[in-house]
Amino acid sequence: MEDVVMFSAKWWTLPLGKTWMAWTPATASFFIFVVLAITAMGVWEYYRPGGDPRRGVFAIDTTRGDRLFISLLGSAFIFIAWLFFIGSPLWWPMGIVALWFVFVFRYV
Amino acid sequence: MNKTVNQKAWFFVAPVLILVAFNAIVPLMTVVNYSVQETFGDNVFFWAGLRWFEEILRSPRFHDALGRQLFFTGTILAIEIPLGVIIALAMPRKGPWVSVCLVLMAMPLLIPWNVVGAMWNIFGLPELGLLGKTLNMIGFDYNYTRQPGDAWFTLILMDVWHWTSLVVLLAYAGLVSIPDAYYQAARIDGASSWAIFRYIQLPKMKRVLTIAVLLRFMDSFNIYTEPSVLTGGGPGNSTTLLSLDLVKIALGQFDLGPAAAMSLIYFLVILLFSWIFYTVMTRGEEQ
Repeated sequence: MEDVVMFSAKWWTLPLGKTWMAWTPATASFFIFVVLAITAMGVWEYYRPGGDPRRGVFAIDTTRGDRLFISLLGSAFIFIAWLFFIGSPLWWPMGIVALWFVFVFRYV
Repeated sequence: MNKTVNQKAWFFVAPVLILVAFNAIVPLMTVVNYSVQETFGDNVFFWAGLRWFEEILRSPRFHDALGRQLFFTGTILAIEIPLGVIIALAMPRKGPWVSVCLVLMAMPLLIPWNVVGAMWNIFGLPELGLLGKTLNMIGFDYNYTRQPGDAWFTLILMDVWHWTSLVVLLAYAGLVSIPDAYYQAARIDGASSWAIFRYIQLPKMKRVLTIAVLLRFMDSFNIYTEPSVLTGGGPGNSTTLLSLDLVKIALGQFDLGPAAAMSLIYFLVILLFSWIFYTVMTRGEEQ
């Protein structure tokens, strides 16, 4: 299988020293994104409380936190499905995931 | 009324947060890091990108193990949940037999998992095990070490024996919490036993049954020790469930990258099913 390079800059995928958790800038940024998303949710809730759960197109009651969870879980499966049916790179599904986030936060 | 704000509570929660961080979050982060790299040991890693995910997702070996896992979990849930409810309904609610029943029900849960596997391993042996020898004596050609069908039968029987009691205890807890007034009202209305079950007992057990289904789903999807001791995944690969296959890849072949990718897919499948179960079973409660 040919190597697929998502970023041409090599530093992005090099190990961050000999750490016991095998960190790289790419994997660290993933977790930073998740932490930032949760923090942003907290800040959003603090300044503009979301109120009671609402019922959307899936006919389930969801709060903002639930919608973040559904967005993240759904994104993971969009990427998995793309890898299974088409393969890397994941730029196209990244776009689908962005639309999925908007859909979930607006209509679910 | 203003909400009481007490920041001291954070100090009481902190130990749990630290514990969870070190036994769940840090290992999970490490697995994510491993899943996109290749290592030959000595803490040296090479970037592999999404290769392991593509390999695992397209490997027939993974599909087979996932299929076996879904079959196992589906079968034991279909048996254990109704059976647990039936046993709980048959148990006495008052009197000295309550304690006897509860102790008997709790016993399989107290036995260590590897001991359960070893017990059933010996119990099912065709030459000297009580189950194996009896089945052969009455005319069945039973040998779980050679025939996949028999291995599956023993595996499912062992799990039902081990874990139905958990469903029983949870369902029983739901049943005893129903006030007598409900039954009295049902008697006055002339309700049948089925109507009492359908409209009083089952709705009141819904919450505990949700917990039972979730616990049994997650436990059975993660099951490793018992099948590992009982069949070791055999004969052939016929009872190699996901966790057994994962251990073979991670520790048998020392392919940490593919094993990490497989763990993440495995984790996401459990998370998705658990969320669906929880959402479906608790839907309507807020209505």
